[in-house]
Amino acid sequence: MINIESRTAKIVRFIFLGIWLIISLFPLYWIVITSLKPAGAVFRYPLQYWPAQFSLENYINIFSKAMFGRFMINSLIVALAAGVIATLISLLASYVLARFEFRNKTAVLMAFLVTQMIPAFIALGPLYLMMVKLKLVDNLLGLMLIYIAVCIPFSTIMLRGFFANIPDALEEAAMIDGCSRIGALFRVVVPVMKPGIIAAFLFNFINCWNELFLSATLMNKDANKTIPTALNGFITTFNIDWGSMSAAAVLTILPTMLMFALASRHIIQGLTAGAIKG
Amino acid sequence: MVQKPLVRRRRPSSLAASSDGVPGEGSGVSRRRTFTARRGFIILAFFLPAALFVGVFTYYPIVSGAQMAFRRWQLSNLIDNPWVGFHNFVTIFTDPSFGTIALNTVIWVVASLVPQFIIGFALALWLRRRFRFRGLYQALVFFPWAISGFLIGILFRWMFNGEFGVINDILIKVGLIDKGIPWLADPTTAMVAVIVANVWYGVTFFAIIILAALQSVPEELFEAAALDGASRTRTLFAVTVPYIATTLALTVLLRVIWILNFPDIIWAMTGGGPANQTHIVTTWMITMTQNGNYGIASALGLIIVAILMVFSAFYLLAIRPNKRQIG
Repeated sequence: MINIESRTAKIVRFIFLGIWLIISLFPLYWIVITSLKPAGAVFRYPLQYWPAQFSLENYINIFSKAMFGRFMINSLIVALAAGVIATLISLLASYVLARFEFRNKTAVLMAFLVTQMIPAFIALGPLYLMMVKLKLVDNLLGLMLIYIAVCIPFSTIMLRGFFANIPDALEEAAMIDGCSRIGALFRVVVPVMKPGIIAAFLFNFINCWNELFLSATLMNKDANKTIPTALNGFITTFNIDWGSMSAAAVLTILPTMLMFALASRHIIQGLTAGAIKG
Repeated sequence: MVQKPLVRRRRPSSLAASSDGVPGEGSGVSRRRTFTARRGFIILAFFLPAALFVGVFTYYPIVSGAQMAFRRWQLSNLIDNPWVGFHNFVTIFTDPSFGTIALNTVIWVVASLVPQFIIGFALALWLRRRFRFRGLYQALVFFPWAISGFLIGILFRWMFNGEFGVINDILIKVGLIDKGIPWLADPTTAMVAVIVANVWYGVTFFAIIILAALQSVPEELFEAAALDGASRTRTLFAVTVPYIATTLALTVLLRVIWILNFPDIIWAMTGGGPANQTHIVTTWMITMTQNGNYGIASALGLIIVAILMVFSAFYLLAIRPNKRQIG
């Protein structure tokens, strides 16, 4: 920018940014603070904005009284497996879409894009009936298969964007040097695309980790529930124990926030690449 | 200068190109390669897994769901599913809650979208200029993006709690209210609460996209505007906004689709209650599915998709003349 910002404009700008920072962070602050109060102090007036006494009681409760450890392991298994497999499959598909010309390519891309417009839960009922037939209700494998399918379109589109930034001369050179096409892809292109692949994986992982409605429809037994489904069970009860709930919420948010913090630059880059290039 | 990208975007693939990370052209394959069996094999082998998964677990259920809409299909009776024509649709339109739910859906989309857009735009404008710790600030402000809508709903449900909610407490301390409001127990205030949560959640998305779009505006344009003596406000509306207009318009369309398809916050905060008064079409549909009314849920799904398609078509038509004017 060329014109110099006036002093008042600057002050106004920083006041606005400061207010928004507080608004953004406060809900997170509040849930963390609630989770760290002793169980009895959560429902007590006046509200304590800084607990008089810190306690891990709520965290201990969710592991001892509810099977939170089990829910976490279930979520982790499903999100990791689905995230890895979906990313690999998308990598192959996006390679074809980025590097080859073939008939109906636009139709294929549209078919993938349309799935982003239609919410996954439109297929909830049919998917449930399908899983009944396949005997995969209440089975982590069934959920995994569906999550892979849900993840593929977006991560394919995202990875295709990253492929576009890599000149195909790179592979051609490797192929002239005697690499096979697959060899060129995995030895030359994949290392260069690492940030893109990591971003796609994290994106898939976060989505599977957070998914609620499919899991809530397919998982009935407590032992098979993922975290969001378990929390969904807790909020429908009449009296919510907000101490335990906030501890569970913090433990659910923590992993995705860490991942986001580690790779936010790549994720944002992947998300916005298309929006500005046109 | 201004015209070039806008002209380039006037292609059928423009929606694809600008929405989800697809650079429309320039993917590097301009040369014609001759077809060989080997090449065909690679295309097939690499693409088959993706096609299989999406076909079996996404398209097949959607298509079979579409025909469920015209049958009586309930979890209580999965064997006898007679064709009932439009009966499920009639059931939906004559439901006493239908009017409220339709109105709620419109309010939900509009009242969430407008503040999200305005605050997101302001945030992007104010973040465009470099300052110390800008990277840290962005990371802190953009973090809600990593949290699921459902958990955001849980966070806000606790904050809007009628007895021990922190929002009541703050409002009382500031002196805006005398005693706590039972936010989620009353239909009107419950609607306000879920929309506040959604605005808070969605600002980030607009800020990220608009900031990226702003950074794509070439610096020379600002220099030219400054040379011509344009004020800052004028530069914003005469240079910046027109340059990123297409991105803005398509982002808004995507957000409309997305917010309509976003039941998570309402689901977590009110579950559609009290007395069905805060349902939108998507939360209603999920309630129907979970009650085992698959026929009615599928009919609702078809209605949602139809509305979105008609809306998108009209919207895309409406923003086209704009492009011509500028291009």
